[in-house]
Amino acid sequence: MSGKFSQKAMCWLMRLTAYFVVLVVGFIVFEIIWHGARAISWEFLFSMPRRSGAEGGIFPAIVGTFLLVAGSIAVAFPLGVATAIYLSEYARQGRFTHAVRVAIATLAGIPSIVFGLFGLGLFVIFLGWGCSIMSGCATLACMILPTIIVSSEESLRAVPQSLREGSLALGATKWQTIWSNVLPYSVGGMLTGLILAIGRVAGETAPILLTVAAFYLPKLPRSMSDQVMALPYHLYVLSTQHPDTAAVLPKAYGTALVLLILVLGVGLAAIIMRIHVRKKYKW
Amino acid sequence: MRYFRKEKIIELFLQWTASLSIVIVICIFVFIFKEAVPFAKHPGLGELFSTRWMPTSPQKESFGLVPLVTGSFVVTVLAMLLTIPFGVGAAVYISELAAPVEREILKPFIEVLAGIPSVVIGFFGLMVLVPFVKSCFGLATGLTAFSGAVLLALMAIPTVTSISEDSLRSVPRSYKEASLALGASRLRTIWRVTVPAALPGIMAAVMLGTGRVIGETMAVMMVTGNAAIITFWPFDSVRTMTATIAAEMGEVAFGSDHYRALFCVGVVLLLATFGLNVAAQKVLSRYRMG
Repeated sequence: MSGKFSQKAMCWLMRLTAYFVVLVVGFIVFEIIWHGARAISWEFLFSMPRRSGAEGGIFPAIVGTFLLVAGSIAVAFPLGVATAIYLSEYARQGRFTHAVRVAIATLAGIPSIVFGLFGLGLFVIFLGWGCSIMSGCATLACMILPTIIVSSEESLRAVPQSLREGSLALGATKWQTIWSNVLPYSVGGMLTGLILAIGRVAGETAPILLTVAAFYLPKLPRSMSDQVMALPYHLYVLSTQHPDTAAVLPKAYGTALVLLILVLGVGLAAIIMRIHVRKKYKW
Repeated sequence: MRYFRKEKIIELFLQWTASLSIVIVICIFVFIFKEAVPFAKHPGLGELFSTRWMPTSPQKESFGLVPLVTGSFVVTVLAMLLTIPFGVGAAVYISELAAPVEREILKPFIEVLAGIPSVVIGFFGLMVLVPFVKSCFGLATGLTAFSGAVLLALMAIPTVTSISEDSLRSVPRSYKEASLALGASRLRTIWRVTVPAALPGIMAAVMLGTGRVIGETMAVMMVTGNAAIITFWPFDSVRTMTATIAAEMGEVAFGSDHYRALFCVGVVLLLATFGLNVAAQKVLSRYRMG
């Protein structure tokens, strides 16, 4: 009988670990929303910061994050999709393909701060772009490339082989087949991957710390070679670097909430998209 | 003929973009090493093994990586001690024991946890965990290795859980059925059959999680206190390698010894995470073969 009891106990123990994680997630989100909601106002979202962030809003940081996301996606998405098409449609087993796969796995595992150092060494110093939006976007693009490649390749591989065979049998060339019979059906899955990448770029701090982010810059950037503020870095500055941390606390909570809503909203969009795509194409 | 040529051009173009990933990896290694290598000439590599990290001391600067490496080590080990039971436990529960409805509720929460930016987790740690650790253990400050480890565990759990779950799920159904048919209970089947069969995948998950923990920067920088001392006590402040780079790179002069030393820290980080990744991929691919 004791065996039965210990079985039950073990089962509950595992259940506890799973639910404990859920509890912690709920607590974090609740804490940020609870304190952050009071700081959010029209003025907070759409005005310039004053007195090094203690007053005013976070508009330049929102614009900065938006620019970094748009710029890095614009670079990484086409390259990632092209690589995925190559890997899923053209690549044959061999040295080159193996090397590409190893490179992608390696890229995925490199810490974000090392990407920051790399961006500093290559874009900021070697290419002479300075601390600028361009350097930041290029660094972030390298960082999210593996995410985009892996998700795009998965969605290409999910398209049934019979669609390709049908198209080829009718005399279409390989590229015509891919363009009109494979890509249209995998676009949904690719967009899901893209959305996940957006969430990751928006929240990333360490690489932009070294390549683009400005401590306090209450104006909007004029060109791609300007520095910008960004939401995650702004939150870091407000909560640890600011001389009067207690006074800016509401602003810090507000910034955290805006960032959380942005990232989780984007994640939610990805989940909805995934469900939608699954429903639409059931092979 | 015209079609043929166009097709060839497209294929070459795609192949070229695919090779870009290789180029980027090579560039990363080249540029990190390029900035770090001159350090071997001037202060000398021996300097890195000194036990003090005092890059801006007016008397004598010293660039010993030992306190930073031990700092990262302590935080990583503690974080993994917390991650493994929770991450693997949650994975076993979700894949083997949970009802389908429960699974659909639990999984999105884990995904949400993976999506929360590290700086937000760090901020949460600073506001909630650090005061809690301070009062709970009666410490002078809550900015300790332990606080950092708890936050890192939170960030590693989604990685470990989702990869472990995948490998648990890919254990053939017939194994479990055979065990159940022989009269083993459900839990005994999980411990003696399913988990051992999925062990390589779980190990790879833990390695990848460790890589993530070593490389994490922002949350750790915000809550570990950043004192560059050699210690293995969880309730001391420590300074990790990542935090050192992030905190000091903004203030160093380009090309100075300090600047080179920070790139040396980057080399250590790069090699550590690269090693872990290669090992994890090896384990995973061997597992898929067999």
